[in-house]
Amino acid sequence: MTELANPDVAADQGGTWTRVGAVVLRHIYLMRTSWPRVFELMYWPTIQMILWGFITQFFLQHSSYVAQAAGVLIAAVLLWDVLFRGQLGFSLSFLEEVWSRNLGNLAVSPLTPREFLLSLTVMSLLRTLIGVLPAALLAIVFYEFSIFSLGPPLVAFFALLLVFGWAIGMMVSALVLRVGQGAESVAWLAIFLIAPVSAIYYPVSVLPPWLQPVSWALPTAPVFEGMRAVLIDGTLRYDLLAHALAVDLAYLGLGASLFLYSFHVARKRGLLLQVGE
Amino acid sequence: MRPLRPLVKSHVPRHLAGVSDPIIRVRNLGKQFDGFTAVHDVTFDVAAGGTTALLGANGAGKTTTLAMLLGVLLPSSGSVTILGHDMRRARHKAMPAVNFSSPYVDLPRRLTVAQTLRFFAKLFGVRDARTRAREIAAELELTAQMHQRVGQLSAGQKTRVSLAKALINAPRVLVLDEPTASLDPDTGDWMRSYLAAYQRASGCAILLASHNMAEVERLCDHVLMMRRGGIVDRGAPSTLIARYGRANLEEVFLDIARERRAGAEVAAQ
Repeated sequence: MTELANPDVAADQGGTWTRVGAVVLRHIYLMRTSWPRVFELMYWPTIQMILWGFITQFFLQHSSYVAQAAGVLIAAVLLWDVLFRGQLGFSLSFLEEVWSRNLGNLAVSPLTPREFLLSLTVMSLLRTLIGVLPAALLAIVFYEFSIFSLGPPLVAFFALLLVFGWAIGMMVSALVLRVGQGAESVAWLAIFLIAPVSAIYYPVSVLPPWLQPVSWALPTAPVFEGMRAVLIDGTLRYDLLAHALAVDLAYLGLGASLFLYSFHVARKRGLLLQVGE
Repeated sequence: MRPLRPLVKSHVPRHLAGVSDPIIRVRNLGKQFDGFTAVHDVTFDVAAGGTTALLGANGAGKTTTLAMLLGVLLPSSGSVTILGHDMRRARHKAMPAVNFSSPYVDLPRRLTVAQTLRFFAKLFGVRDARTRAREIAAELELTAQMHQRVGQLSAGQKTRVSLAKALINAPRVLVLDEPTASLDPDTGDWMRSYLAAYQRASGCAILLASHNMAEVERLCDHVLMMRRGGIVDRGAPSTLIARYGRANLEEVFLDIARERRAGAEVAAQ
């Protein structure tokens, strides 16, 4: 046992980022051994982009609204996928641990619940980039529309939607921790519940007046309104960005609190060793 | 029988030298689930270099006790202190020096053995995770399986990977739940020899739950007998065997599980 002669083996050499990096590495290993997982990440954003690209081409000839800015629908679909992939990236990374019954191993390690949360957000970012970047690049090739033409505001829109995706992912994961794997289908459904009021493809004003406050209570509506302001009017609406950021932070706080509370309750009830297939 | 690889270095690691206080200190530990008492009033210590067994019939509270000790289950009452850290408040300070193996917790099946060991080495903050993974795999005769997925291994190989994971950080506290449950007699014997050698070399504290009484007699210097969530007897294996007037620990186990009194107690009456 030569290693036992070296106390460094047992010493705590790692800080937060070492442990977060370990969990991220485990998921990268998983993706490397399963190409269908990576293919699936890219498949839907690309198909969606192609579909909406053709719809855009049709509308360009028949709609004065779309004719104002050719890329408005493609930009909307790509940004919507940032939110969808962000949420799914968080939820699926969590569910991978549940499916492989690895939560017990993580719980009996130096990894704290906050670090676990952080590692899932890093994985969500990676999965989102893997999923959305190829579709964004193909949009340039197929339709001569570059979402990167949004310029610096794109970074803000991307970050705001990704963070909201994390918040929903945290709530979904908290639900799975509380009620078990029966709730995992929520990971696929949750995002579509807010799609009609997110003003993705149409302005908030299209919604009935009683539904508009619901729309403004989500960070998605100001982000997509802001996107249209850039593409159609050529203006960056800081008021919409500030609105989205404030609502985003509230949802992030709520999601993180729910996740950490559910983790605590799971530890209290002994569920961490039981949640799994 | 297969010979053990040369395991034992004569000296104890510096971080364990001179430790005399209990590494594990459990006081009045209890757990209730919705009115059902799974564990009550469990108190014991394990010193550095000590190997303690938790014995009891199914449902006696062994796994619940181990789960509370590892911090994966919060106690309803009492306290667990490991390496001086209260596991309720500061478990993350103790965890880099703790590890476990249990048949109830799988390892990620889609990862290879090498990936699994590197992942856990990094998670526990081991310097040079790649080298450490290779070393521990060699010691547990897993080198040939390093690039196989864990899900493709035999039950015995999985058990050895689980033990390799449990030793990846050279823990000062090692918790083993049924460490040889799925092994054939030859591999089981090899594993027990390995654990005994490892324990002598490292001076770590081992807490073990097992239904294999011969294993407990061979590995453990102290036994805690559990029934209905509480400790009903304790002592060295030889002391318990003498106290109950039995030939081996298995007979003592049956006496306790069937609620027969100790032979010495009967004689005294």
